[in-house]
Amino acid sequence: MLDQPRGADILAAVSRLLRETLMPQLPANAAFQARVAANAIDLVAREINFGETVEREALGRLQSLLGRDGSLAELEADLSGRIRRGELDLQSEGLADHLWQTTLDKMKIDQPAYASYRRTLETRAGQRQTKQED
Amino acid sequence: MNAMDNTFSHALESMTARIVPGARGIADLRRLSAGATLETWSFDAVDGDRVLHKLILRRSPGGLRSAESLSLEAEAGLIRVLDGSGVPVPTVVHTLVAADNLGDGFLMTRIEGETIARKVLRDAQFASIRPRLAAQFGTIRGTMTKVDTARLPPLPFKPAEIIVARLASRYDSLGVARPVFDLAFRWLEQNAPAPLKQYRLVHGDYRNGNIIFGAEGVRAVLDWEVAHIGDPAEDLAWISTPPWRFGELDRPVGGLGSRRQLFDAYEAASGERVDPARVYYWEVLGSLRWGVSCASMLEWFSSGRDGSVERAMIARRVSENELDLMRILTGTD
Repeated sequence: MLDQPRGADILAAVSRLLRETLMPQLPANAAFQARVAANAIDLVAREINFGETVEREALGRLQSLLGRDGSLAELEADLSGRIRRGELDLQSEGLADHLWQTTLDKMKIDQPAYASYRRTLETRAGQRQTKQED
Repeated sequence: MNAMDNTFSHALESMTARIVPGARGIADLRRLSAGATLETWSFDAVDGDRVLHKLILRRSPGGLRSAESLSLEAEAGLIRVLDGSGVPVPTVVHTLVAADNLGDGFLMTRIEGETIARKVLRDAQFASIRPRLAAQFGTIRGTMTKVDTARLPPLPFKPAEIIVARLASRYDSLGVARPVFDLAFRWLEQNAPAPLKQYRLVHGDYRNGNIIFGAEGVRAVLDWEVAHIGDPAEDLAWISTPPWRFGELDRPVGGLGSRRQLFDAYEAASGERVDPARVYYWEVLGSLRWGVSCASMLEWFSSGRDGSVERAMIARRVSENELDLMRILTGTD
């Protein structure tokens, strides 16, 4: 029902407007503020593009990890409690995979340029490559 | 200038005239930091056109500061003891008294140099000293270890278990479950380091951003407001946590060098051995501490205390700490 372009595409255009047109014309402090705004707009666009999928997948993983149903917030609180009490740890089936996937999915939206994130993706891609060659 | 600013600059002028011999006024008054409870001002004590003394005022105009911070009077007392100990610090010129009408605080000599960590990491003028800075951080930390704690003003005692317990209650009070943080808390609670025979002076926020650099190296270590008595490994670890690497992942110490350089220089200066497992413990704790700080920004933003875009974006940097913690806890950092 809603028409094109969709929200994320319009935000991308706003981000370009800020970076390419406005920032070069602004004094240093205002240009810095405009960059913060452009970074925020890019984050929101990524949240629109990926947010629903990564939260749905996280809910699925939590349901199978904990063997129960509930909202994402409830299940995360449950998981937190079980980890804190030592009932689940990195050796527990599926826990490390879930925490890695959740963390990397958040970074994909929050800060895809962060150096440790890039490095982690490269390392994991390298491991997959090695496994395929084995 | 409004009336309050006027009262402030007049009080500053008459205090300066009392403290700096020959001073007849002040010039180039600038506010450097805009914290709500702590102000940092830069100005010159002058006689006409002649600059007699370049100064920094750190003051609290009144109001409550974080319970974790020392009083400014205690901070000044600490810096006075360190001055001449080999730990590079600015010289405290005066501790404010009631008659100064300037609140609590102290006046110190202004040391020129660079405090923006990214510039030290990238600018050409620092290229020749960069390879030596990780070792210099170790030497300075080692010199702090040799300071006789009996000579220091009263400082809070904060071993790892006290810091972990306070952090846990701060995290719990935020009310948002973060499984990665709980993984880190559990690990910290299960792997608490053995008590030390001797606890030492700890800076508590020992990182590039609290250091003044010149082209020849470190000029001074600043911001002693969270100094305490504790484990020196805390400082060695904090300067090696991921947030201060600025993308230079293969130079874990402040994006500048290796832990080996830091530890060797520390051992040479302090005469004590570094236990890398202890430093690793404090790296987990330091990353978690930074993460809980970012997580607490959500409350600032949603309550309207600071509704800025910048604050919102800092709150969304919690995931960065979760990633760093996952890397550290799985041995992939």
